[in-house]
Amino acid sequence: MLSLKHLSKSYVTGKPVLTDVNVDVAAQGITAIIGASGTGKSTLIRCVNRLVDPTSGEILFDGADLAKLSGRPLRHARRHIGMVFQEYNLVERLTVMENLLSGRLGYVSPWRAWRRKFPPDDIRRAYELLDVVGLSGYAHRRADALSGGQRQRVGIARAVMQEPKLLLADEPTSSLDPKTSVEIMELLAEVARSRNIPVLINMHDVELAKRFADRVIGMASGRIVFDGPPSELTDAMLTTIYGGEGWLQ
Amino acid sequence: MAATAAPPAARPVAPVGERVWRRFTAGQRLARFAVYLVIVAAIVVSIQSVEIIPEFLYDAPEQMVDLFSRMWPMDWAHYPDTVHDALIETIHIASLGTLLSLVMAMPVGILAAHNLVPSTPLNLLAKLILVSSRSVNSLVWALLFVGIFGPGALAGTLAIAFRSIGFVGKLFGEALEEAQPGPIEALTAAGAPWISRMTFGYWPQVKPAFWSIALFRWDINVRESAVLGLVGAGGIGMALDSALNLFQWERVAVILAAIFAVVIIAELIVTQVRKRVL
Amino acid sequence: MTDPSAASLPTEPFPRSVWPRVAAIALVGYVIYACAQLDVSPARVETGLENAWRFFSRLFPPNFARWELLAKGLKESLEIAVLASALGIVLALPIGLVAARNLMPAWATWPARLIIVAARSFHPVIVAIVFVKAVGFGALAGILALTVASIGFIGKLFTEAIEEISLKQVEAIRATGAPFASVLAFGVLPQVFSRFIGFATYQLDSNLRNSTMVGIVGAGGIGGTLFAAFQRFDYDFVCAILIAIITLIMIGEVLATGVRAIFIGNATLADLLRRGGTAPRERHLEDD
Repeated sequence: MLSLKHLSKSYVTGKPVLTDVNVDVAAQGITAIIGASGTGKSTLIRCVNRLVDPTSGEILFDGADLAKLSGRPLRHARRHIGMVFQEYNLVERLTVMENLLSGRLGYVSPWRAWRRKFPPDDIRRAYELLDVVGLSGYAHRRADALSGGQRQRVGIARAVMQEPKLLLADEPTSSLDPKTSVEIMELLAEVARSRNIPVLINMHDVELAKRFADRVIGMASGRIVFDGPPSELTDAMLTTIYGGEGWLQ
Repeated sequence: MAATAAPPAARPVAPVGERVWRRFTAGQRLARFAVYLVIVAAIVVSIQSVEIIPEFLYDAPEQMVDLFSRMWPMDWAHYPDTVHDALIETIHIASLGTLLSLVMAMPVGILAAHNLVPSTPLNLLAKLILVSSRSVNSLVWALLFVGIFGPGALAGTLAIAFRSIGFVGKLFGEALEEAQPGPIEALTAAGAPWISRMTFGYWPQVKPAFWSIALFRWDINVRESAVLGLVGAGGIGMALDSALNLFQWERVAVILAAIFAVVIIAELIVTQVRKRVL
Repeated sequence: MTDPSAASLPTEPFPRSVWPRVAAIALVGYVIYACAQLDVSPARVETGLENAWRFFSRLFPPNFARWELLAKGLKESLEIAVLASALGIVLALPIGLVAARNLMPAWATWPARLIIVAARSFHPVIVAIVFVKAVGFGALAGILALTVASIGFIGKLFTEAIEEISLKQVEAIRATGAPFASVLAFGVLPQVFSRFIGFATYQLDSNLRNSTMVGIVGAGGIGGTLFAAFQRFDYDFVCAILIAIITLIMIGEVLATGVRAIFIGNATLADLLRRGGTAPRERHLEDD
């Protein structure tokens, strides 16, 4: 489904954030990336849909190398990759419904989008998704009137509206309280599994990762140091990933 | 407290069975359409009925080049005798006018604030005074005062003052209306009389806003004072008026440059004061 | 905790800073000095007040006999305001967009910002004088002068609005594969729209106010009629004109409030009639 080959990224020459990352993501299942802050987890996720441009390497998705695309082909590729953000990144002043429909912007001409004339199928699907994420009746609320957990549900729904082949999630629960974090992870897992969409998710909470992921990738200093099922994630391994014994207590 | 959300009953309702989504209700769409219609109609009617002579429009670039060529070289020698004193006078007009307006605007601003003076007729009267003050340009006020007091800086100062009442009063009134009711409540509960509630409850809260408004208005007034002399109300405008009447474009250029310089200096002063004091 | 002895008790319960007092004295000193410079003496003021009384008696009652002339002048002022606002908005939006440092490169933002600053630096009357020389007397000069003023104001505020948007929202829309126009429509515009309505309606009112004045230098509108009436000492006609101007501007403000209620507060026409047009306002705007 997604193959990253020799992916490297340096924001400042000489100080690479990602070094020779090689990952193959299968067409189903939840893959969690864990690691300390600044080890390049977020950069890696953002390289996949080219919100960040890699310095070198290949991003093979759906038969094309995303690293080499630009303009319209890149946009077309992005349509198939949905993303959930740490700070929800909803358009605050638009309603929940408009935020959901913005997931279809890659498929609708700008003129129709401006006039809010979306196809009836999209609207029907939007209402269904609202029910799935537990926000029935919220279609006309403004996004800035929602709580954090509700906003992230909208974020998930927006990403799923794209009918993507891959879901990316950049620390989707970092801004939420522990209980809501679990609810959101459960929702994300449920939606992904029922629709057979693979998920590549960036997490800072190791327990959540162990609980929900089928596969865990550990990063340290821009390199992959662990790649396997959560059961193999020993304390010794975690120390390698995060460095230092102290925090495990 | 003004409502900021859409009125409660105005949500488009999706009929059961067929999911239709509309961004706005029929009533909202009608209102928006009405505004668009009025705007387009106004523009079309204006274009048709405004009297523009096309030849003058085509002539314009040539005329502007002619104008600038007459302005250059600028007559700097003219500066010391007339322009400098007039500039200083302009600054005095702006400053005195602003100070006077602060004194006059405060009571009106207080009258306009509903949370201080709960009488709606008084609020409306105060708001009427403020709107009238703002609707009449400082230039027109200057005309009036030149009629009363004769030409000179006195007319200019009063014109600036009376025009600024509306500005200062409106913003001051808004600052008062936004004051937090908590401290006032505490003072009322302690039995403080109205004056004390003002000085201890409202004034500390609005003081920074007040000085910011005063500074803002002074800045604008420096710009306004420069042109009042065109109708005889003192300041650099009078030198500008004579130079224009005599078609002495090089002097006009010097005067405009001087005005520009003073405006820039005033902006710098205001920025510095804001940074250090406010 | 140290034991507070008698020597450490403050004697002054409300210690006052010296500076406000110094500033107050300086201010009073300045007022006296400036009044002397401007030849403002109590005697002059007193004579003036007597004059004022006579003046006001000649103002009232207002004389609307020449109402056709009045209406013609007002109509022209209205036309100037409408066209200057429309032209100003149309020109200011692209310039303001190009001047936004968070969206555009430096070689584009600097010239655009320069244009906006230049447009704001000169008083509309001065700009009107220049345009009268360039395109002759009449409404065209007024329209052009106020268009320049509008570009300065709307351009500055539009750029500020764009520079304050959250780019995260824009990033999310880009991530869905939306074309650039859709990114603007869904990511940028919703964040700036209500502020835009706020200052666009304000500029319309401001242009209405200024359009009544540029006529004094020959740029069309009621200002010319007013000035002529003044010079002929037709003070009762002057009063009629002033009343008409104030009424026109008050109507303009009411309409502006209505437009803000419709576009920002999502009101319907029925709401406007019921509520009397109280509208939510993003920021308090006064610029002239």
